Amino acid sequence: MIDFTFTEEQELFRKAAREFTETQIAPLVPKMEETSRDWDPAIKALGDAEMMAITIPEEYGGLGLGYVERLIALEEIARVSVATAMMMQVGGLGIAPIIIFGSEEQKKKYLPGLASGKHFATVAVTEPSGGSDPKGCSTTYRKQDNSYILNGRKCFITNSHIADVLVVMALDEENPDSFSTFIVEKGMQGFKPTHEEHKIGMRGCNTGEIELKDCAVPGENILGDEGKGMRVAMTVISDVGRGGMVGCSLGLHQACLDVAIKFANERILYGKPISDLQAIQMKLADIKIDLEAGRLLGYRAASTQDAGGRSGNEFAVAKYFTSEAAQRAAKMAADIHGGYGCMEEFAVTRYVRDSFVLGPSAGTSDIMKVIIARWVLA
Amino acid sequence: MRSIVVCVKAVPDPDQAGKIRIDPVTKTLTRHDIPLVVNPLDRNALEVALRIKEKDDAHITILSMGPPAAGNVVKECLALGADQGILLTDVAFSGADAYATALTISEAVKKLGRIDCVLCGRASSDGATEWVGPELAIFLGFPVVTMVRAIEDAGSEYWKVKADIEDGLRVVEVKMPAVFTVTHEVNKPRILSFSGIIKSRKKEITTWNLSDLGLPREQVGLKGSPTIVSSMTMIESKRSCEIIEGTQDEKADILINKLAAAGVLR
Repeated sequence: MIDFTFTEEQELFRKAAREFTETQIAPLVPKMEETSRDWDPAIKALGDAEMMAITIPEEYGGLGLGYVERLIALEEIARVSVATAMMMQVGGLGIAPIIIFGSEEQKKKYLPGLASGKHFATVAVTEPSGGSDPKGCSTTYRKQDNSYILNGRKCFITNSHIADVLVVMALDEENPDSFSTFIVEKGMQGFKPTHEEHKIGMRGCNTGEIELKDCAVPGENILGDEGKGMRVAMTVISDVGRGGMVGCSLGLHQACLDVAIKFANERILYGKPISDLQAIQMKLADIKIDLEAGRLLGYRAASTQDAGGRSGNEFAVAKYFTSEAAQRAAKMAADIHGGYGCMEEFAVTRYVRDSFVLGPSAGTSDIMKVIIARWVLA
Repeated sequence: MRSIVVCVKAVPDPDQAGKIRIDPVTKTLTRHDIPLVVNPLDRNALEVALRIKEKDDAHITILSMGPPAAGNVVKECLALGADQGILLTDVAFSGADAYATALTISEAVKKLGRIDCVLCGRASSDGATEWVGPELAIFLGFPVVTMVRAIEDAGSEYWKVKADIEDGLRVVEVKMPAVFTVTHEVNKPRILSFSGIIKSRKKEITTWNLSDLGLPREQVGLKGSPTIVSSMTMIESKRSCEIIEGTQDEKADILINKLAAAGVLR
């Protein structure tokens, strides 16, 4: 028999993540929403609460926990601030390749600072030509003495302006089939964050472009074997990136259900709460059904990942389902609010906007279907 | 090293208090699936102990009486930084009022040996009698200060505390060992941390039952309780709206009169 319950310890992790989010992150949300910036306190809070240390092994200053625990934390954070969860999830996306592919020296150099929150990370793969066709990458590298010289531009990069450590994929100038990944540090000559994006949702989550202009990266900063960068990027995006988006989606979905229930119980129509109306009950039930299904898919994939199994396809299914379901949930929650669902003082309007950013991140729903189709046809 | 006992009660999550109903037949609370959490004021009491531990070193024992499910609440306190957890659980303990609860807990405190201090929340969020702390002090023969809102000096022999009294405050110097019940003003409890939860893996929760405490069966639980709940009633809060007409001054006068008539103003 399969056991679908969380352990007592995992329930306690959820409680810890909830206490952290409600006390440390919730007060930051209004300012992040208002300015679309002001992310620094959230980044500091994530570090102080050891949220970036979850999957980092203990010998490098981390907590040595798994991806189920990471998903629990992301879900709880996204319930209050998807913007913060997004920065955390992509920060983890920058950490994972160092854990999986990094040399011992690289792990010792970067992981303790990333675990403590002293430094923050990201991954930079997407370019103006798109993110779902990484082979279209036009950022290049060439070897020069003991360094690699990187040139190019990356866009739609979460944590672009706040990351201290960036895992960047580039194409060999002399070999169009050879991709490599490099650890680029903020402050390296030739590295520059440029344009900041203003997104429809997840306001306060830093997203922008970076420029690499004759950026000299020390030879020891190549991550994994030279020419194997595509594997590095795809491994982390498919498992860690999509897993992270599942957490963001589930948290937002739960938030939609929370506000929908609250509003439906408080809004009086025809002399009684609208939660007594079956039309509203059907919507609430639909939101709940999707949430339960999404949780099963997401935590099944994370559990497979923790057990050391291949989880990329399972995460593609979970990412597709949960991000689409969160959008449906936001729409239904807004519908339940009626006219109030158009007023910005109601959180549901933020959820509607945030839900639109879930889709493209770590691969659109259409790309997820392409992956899933390949899986079933293989 | 100082030895501090923090008494902790597992209560239905106050955030979900709206789900609690009264069974019309048994006159008991039906809690449905409301999870048990640490009584909020007991977290303030634990925070007092944790700050002493951080400053002067101390050994903190969590003492809780409740069903086996209350073990999760003890575990949570260990994750927050307490060193040892003891759960007093036995069918014989069920139905205990404040008196029988305090008697049972006092036997457990005595069994622990030398104790420097016992800390409790001022009241539980469910029963809210505020009696367990003072009654515990009587059974232990310790002095007690209730409604402590500030610890001014936590010395090894004397504590100086500021406590609420009706219409004022008092500053009390107490010879230790003593019992203190604290209010929410005493501190802001820390939040759970992931590393705290991991550290608590190595901390033990011991279970003591009636025979471990050596108390006669008729002195604990419902049998040992001199008070019984004869009935319970849900309080219905109703809101009403009334538009007051008139000039600004007239409206103010009418409002003051209405508030005075309602007993809000004296």
